[in-house]
Amino acid sequence: MSDITKQSLSELVENIKGKKLSSSEVTKAFVERSEKSKELNSYITEDYTNALNKAKKFDEKPNLDLKLPGIPMAVKDLFCTRDLRTTAGSKILNNFVPTYESTVTQNIWNEGAILMGKLNCDEFAMGSSNETSFFGNVQNPIDKNLVPGGSSGGSSSAVAAQLTPITIGTDTGGSIRQPASFTGIVGLKPTYGSCSRYGIVAFASSLDQAGPMAQNVKDCALLQEVISTYDEKDSTSIDFKRNEYSKELTKDIKGKKIGIPKEYRVDGMPKEIEDLWKKGIEYAKDCGAEIIDISLPHTNYALPTYYIVAPAEASSNLARYDGVKYGFRAEGENLIDMYEKTRSEGFGAEVQRRIMIGTYVLSSGYYDAYYLKAQKVRKLIKNDFDDAYKKVDAILTPSTPSSAFKIGEKTNDPVSMYLNDIFTVPVNLAGLPGISIPAGHDAKGYPLGLQIIGKAFDEQNILNIAYAMEEKINFKNNITDWWIK
Amino acid sequence: MSIDLKTIKHISKLSRISVDEKKAEKLAGDLNSIFDFIEKLNELKTDNVEPLTSVAETTLKLRSDEVKSKNLRDQVIKNSPKENEDYFVVPKVIE
Repeated sequence: MSDITKQSLSELVENIKGKKLSSSEVTKAFVERSEKSKELNSYITEDYTNALNKAKKFDEKPNLDLKLPGIPMAVKDLFCTRDLRTTAGSKILNNFVPTYESTVTQNIWNEGAILMGKLNCDEFAMGSSNETSFFGNVQNPIDKNLVPGGSSGGSSSAVAAQLTPITIGTDTGGSIRQPASFTGIVGLKPTYGSCSRYGIVAFASSLDQAGPMAQNVKDCALLQEVISTYDEKDSTSIDFKRNEYSKELTKDIKGKKIGIPKEYRVDGMPKEIEDLWKKGIEYAKDCGAEIIDISLPHTNYALPTYYIVAPAEASSNLARYDGVKYGFRAEGENLIDMYEKTRSEGFGAEVQRRIMIGTYVLSSGYYDAYYLKAQKVRKLIKNDFDDAYKKVDAILTPSTPSSAFKIGEKTNDPVSMYLNDIFTVPVNLAGLPGISIPAGHDAKGYPLGLQIIGKAFDEQNILNIAYAMEEKINFKNNITDWWIK
Repeated sequence: MSIDLKTIKHISKLSRISVDEKKAEKLAGDLNSIFDFIEKLNELKTDNVEPLTSVAETTLKLRSDEVKSKNLRDQVIKNSPKENEDYFVVPKVIE
């Protein structure tokens, strides 16, 4: 089979289970394609030799009862992988080799998958374009001048370019859904507490969640069912009954009530996005859903709230990088000088900016005015969703206010970069699940996504709605392999 | 509101990130535009709103106080930039 890398995860699983393909054949195909695709800069660390050896070992004694039997997979470089360098896209972790494994990746290997390497991302997941990575920006397989979105930009480009059958990213303010939207793939941010945060390099602990990024909804459901487990190593992991999402997946969404929030019609939103949203509403109706107008009155306050809460938590989480216990160290005249030089040379500009914002809003005299205020507004934002969910089962919005932008276009204006996450951030603040599915193209042929937001722990429902709409939308990604010489 | 260079120097000290004049000026510009954007929250009255500290409405689980992992010394020290036997090494702190 010459077209192995064109197959979806579900097809590959079926073919390996049916003994039509071996893990070695599949792994070799993805490794070869990844090697030919270095120009995209999707990977930070490659682990191809180990991957091929593991595949060979799997084939010697294949366990075909597993959910991901012998499937090769590259993952975002924010997940700690035992004995394989984990950088979080930062110079400060350039030489960090974890001695333990994140729970989410361990769950994946337990189901038979094989690690191929670590994927590029914005430094400490702080960014919307993958341009803050110490390891350089990533190209969008749609067009070489476009960003792949961020922070999971290596992940989105690798799935869209078929360098890995599927992957995992993390989403603190939109870092799975926005890059998924920019590259024409599916990305799910699960409910806060659904996937363990143990072993994920921390950014903002009350917002961070891991989730799948896939070519289609069915693959996404399968990986979600693997990674979502209760974990006592994460004190915010929630012990609830998890579905076998892929088995219970159905296109029957007749009578489901889907809310359309009027506040998401933001000023200056391109007509293409408005049109896409209208089309999405028609698709949902075609699937038998009932459309209901709703209001989320505090939507406009979500981004300012996020830019207090996330940097505050980041400044606290990133205090651990001091050049003593692990990571990069710059020499200094004394201890304090060593700390200050290490952090100044080890962190990039965006990370330093966010640490400074966070430190300021938590500092004496400003805590009430900023941090406490933001926590109160966060409550109002969550209340908006709670009220809406008395009337509807899910909410449909665009994923992003625009299609992918050009590399370098927004790097000098932090606020315009932040505005990218206007539709995704409220979902993190309220701890809800949200999925982005590719739904059309703009005039330039770049992909556009729609977001379906669910009730807490209701991943199955939004996966079902996405699954039903995916069939109606029948999206085709325009990827020409321009980077393969 | 305006964040001046003196405030930037103060925050950089609290953050343990050294900044020179040029970097301080750039940061002041960036932080001022970000805080202009954040000031929007002042439009809202929140006197009677409970702050949201966690979206997960559960109480922390209790567990028995048992040691589950031990003898991790080598693993703990493995990634340190500078160590001496079982210790992390830092610049001299006491005279």
